[in-house]
Amino acid sequence: MSDAAELQTFEHDVLVIGAGGAGLRAAIECSKLGLDTGLVSKSLLGKAHTVMAEGGMAAALGNTDRRDNWKIHFRDTMRGGKFLNVWRMAELHAKEAPDRVRELEEWGAVFDRTEDGLISQRNFGGHRFPRLAHVGDRTGLELIRTLQHYGVHQGMHAHMECKILGLLTDGERIAGALGLWREHGRFVLFKARAIIMATGGAGRCWRVTSNSWEYSGDGYALAYDVGAELMDIEFTQFHPTGMVWPPSVRGTLVTEGVRGDGGILKNNKGERFMFGYIPERFAPETADSEEEAARWLAGDKNARRPPELLTRDVVARSIRAEVLAGRGSPHGGAFLDIASRVPAEAIKRKLPSMYHQFKELAGVDITKEPMEVGPTLHYFMGGIRVDADSQMTRVPGLFACGEASAGMHGANRLGGNSLSDLIVFGRLAGVGAKEYLDRLGSTPQPDAGQIERSKREATDILNRETGANPFVVHEKLQEMMQRYVGIVRIEDELETAIDELAKLRVEAATAKAHAAPQFNAGWHEALDLSSLLTVSEAVTRAALMRRESRGAHSRIDYEGERDEWLKYNIVIRKQPDGSMDVRKEERPEAPPELAKIAHATLDQLEGGHV
Amino acid sequence: MPLMQGTKRSFRIWRGNSSGGQFKNYEIEVDTGMVVLDAVHRVQAEHATDLAVRWNCKAGKCGSCSMEINGKPRLACMNRLSDYPDGETITIQPIKTFPVIKDLVCDVSWNFKQLKRIPPLKPKPRDADGNYRMRQQDVERIQEFRKCIECFLCQDVCHVLRDHDQKERFVGPRFMIHLANLEMHPLDCDDRIPQVKNEFGSGMCNITKCCAEVCPESINLTDNGIIPIKERVVDRFYDPIMMLLRKRQSKRA
Ligand SMILES: Cc1cc2nc3c(=O)[nH]c(=O)nc-3n(C[C@H](O)[C@H](O)[C@H](O)COP(=O)(O)OP(=O)(O)OC[C@H]3O[C@@H](n4cnc5c(N)ncnc54)[C@H](O)[C@@H]3O)c2cc1C
Ligand code: SF4
Ligand code: SF4
Ligand code: FES
Repeated sequence: MSDAAELQTFEHDVLVIGAGGAGLRAAIECSKLGLDTGLVSKSLLGKAHTVMAEGGMAAALGNTDRRDNWKIHFRDTMRGGKFLNVWRMAELHAKEAPDRVRELEEWGAVFDRTEDGLISQRNFGGHRFPRLAHVGDRTGLELIRTLQHYGVHQGMHAHMECKILGLLTDGERIAGALGLWREHGRFVLFKARAIIMATGGAGRCWRVTSNSWEYSGDGYALAYDVGAELMDIEFTQFHPTGMVWPPSVRGTLVTEGVRGDGGILKNNKGERFMFGYIPERFAPETADSEEEAARWLAGDKNARRPPELLTRDVVARSIRAEVLAGRGSPHGGAFLDIASRVPAEAIKRKLPSMYHQFKELAGVDITKEPMEVGPTLHYFMGGIRVDADSQMTRVPGLFACGEASAGMHGANRLGGNSLSDLIVFGRLAGVGAKEYLDRLGSTPQPDAGQIERSKREATDILNRETGANPFVVHEKLQEMMQRYVGIVRIEDELETAIDELAKLRVEAATAKAHAAPQFNAGWHEALDLSSLLTVSEAVTRAALMRRESRGAHSRIDYEGERDEWLKYNIVIRKQPDGSMDVRKEERPEAPPELAKIAHATLDQLEGGHV
Repeated sequence: MPLMQGTKRSFRIWRGNSSGGQFKNYEIEVDTGMVVLDAVHRVQAEHATDLAVRWNCKAGKCGSCSMEINGKPRLACMNRLSDYPDGETITIQPIKTFPVIKDLVCDVSWNFKQLKRIPPLKPKPRDADGNYRMRQQDVERIQEFRKCIECFLCQDVCHVLRDHDQKERFVGPRFMIHLANLEMHPLDCDDRIPQVKNEFGSGMCNITKCCAEVCPESINLTDNGIIPIKERVVDRFYDPIMMLLRKRQSKRA
């Protein structure tokens, strides 16, 4: 008899892995559809990454500017994503986001209001109109708390502080997952006929990041291991404004809301430099003088947007260029100034958590002084490849949504489009899982061999006599990725990264955790290393293959967007021998109706001609 | 800001689990701008890789890193080392009200159970155009309570829970303001006041305000949330004039 029989076991129709916005929304949908739903998370409920989101969630409600509608949101998203987005996903997102936001309100979310009592919307980079439903600068907290409080009354079963170590299959189909309780270090078996992966991203591969410890890319690695594909994973977003000082908070996010509410970027000469970096494609829609930008801020509907609100890739590269040219701030960033532009009281009201964060962590009063900011690794546009309507991967019964999935954001995500992505595609993943289960015949049974292998790999770390300190290995990986697979990339550095990754893999395989399995931080750090390495390798190999610069991916040796590359996605799959297969895959033709909208001029769209 | 690059500092950290433990001393190098959580992490990486501590955001937003620092309930990620006198050993231990799992990590699951007991929002119907309308000044009242990051520091200091261990009878300050949030929610049309009194134990709170003092989100739990809710209970159950008025109003409506 195998040990599996003695394992603590839970049985659910569907297991949702990840309790951020995407996972919670998916679990709510599953529960509503009558499925027995389990929800697993590495942290306590309500602490997932989503809680940190600040600025808002994008939805074309048209409350603050009536001219907004789904078509313009869709067009902004495609242009932001440099036309590599999965067309259908961008369409679904733009169309469904407003309903999902209104639904949140019905579940208790309390957004800031407009004069006439509707949900207020704020400006953000790349969005033509003020579009972000928000609650001061703590929108993520509002989202996750609303879903959490509503969700616990829908009958789902939450399993907290449990790390999923491996997915289990029966033939090709999903059969369950093996987990590990942080609290006592024991294993747990989840039998489930469907799994929804909502594990978020993998920013912890880099040294300077806005991401928490949970962002080790487990979902990507787990799905990849059982045969799912990763797509466009080279598109890693560097948010332009992370804190750069003091060192201990380097990377911590400064919301784009600061720029949306009037903040401007300056170099050490006091120059407002973004006017010098406006890309051709955006020039017709961007202010070309400080005077026009000021009119826009004052609410003049005929003025164009300030260049500080260009897409994140553009702003991040501009800050980097200023620093390289010797015009950076004292700690290697740029100055972000809202103090001289907006009255102190308004800053405290609109950006309370930024005020608090700088005051407490950096000793800076943002109502009086500028902030020092620089690029920080923030978001994964790529991820697990899914079908646009059902969110299913190529593994039957395995679904993915939120930051764990690919396709919605193309080469670069617009701020605010993630929170709405979570609720739109979280729901669709739930619907997709239900449809799959309705068609599923026999119940798949987990393979005892897989279970044993996962358990052995995990316990080896505790049992070996000596070995590398997992914290040290992780730090080496972060330094390496920061250096060679950063905000701009070049062939020989990427090659170096591949070699370094091979060495780190050898070192990680010897990682040793000391002491007992109970809540053992070192053990969990060692367990995370395997996903961190897999994801780092995937990003590096894909970055090497994509010989162009597009969105968040910049190659010094292949500058500018290349039309031929618009035809491909980069798709990664695990080979039977364990090696990583990286391929260019031709993209399907754009649906003509959607292409027309995405390529229309604003006049055409606003005039209702498209 | 004083420059601290490379200076050494001492920490006393509680190590142990539910069956007991003791303080251990650690000495590490500290750098400018470090917060207490950074120091704990450095101890973890250099001296005690199995040291248990919770954290996520490192920016005071997730409420994971609650602990007692020099005897005061705090978020470890929001307390800079430079706030403590040079040379002073900093003592770090888990919060007291909830049972320890290991080192700095407590079992806070009781709080999650309270949440489930509280009836959720019961929203009124939408306006004819599918929207809800609320005025900013009306939502601001409860937006204050909704800032709660569920760090449970207020639960930690509330003497009803901490010293008298009355978890069976009182939900604690965090959930009192959650109840206030629901009761004052412009869209809500449920009535939880009888439960506030009978099941959630509003009478146990004697407004010492310790909870409001420790809240890292500066939520004025008592004045803005708990007292108004207690007043509603009093109105309902102990004030005959209010009772009459209310009866008449509900008849008219
Ligand atoms: C500081 C900051 C500010 C942001 N601001 C905005 C904003 O204003 N607007 C916007 O649209 N977006 C914003 N974003 C981006 C957005 O918050 C994230 O992309 C989004 O929250 C991701 O949600 P998710 O549901 O996919 O994953 P998450 O919320 O990260 O949840 C992941 C879940 O997976 C669990 N998990 C991971 N691995 C495992 C495993 N092996 N086993 C079990 N569980 C696991 C974790 O415990 C967690 O519960 C911001 C991000 C950051 C970091
Ligand atoms: S005011 Fe009430 S809830 Fe707050 S600490 Fe005192 S007794 Fe507890
Ligand atoms: S009310 Fe304040 S102290 Fe209490 S849990 Fe919420 S944030 Fe923490
Ligand atoms: S780590 Fe999130 S509050 Fe301290």
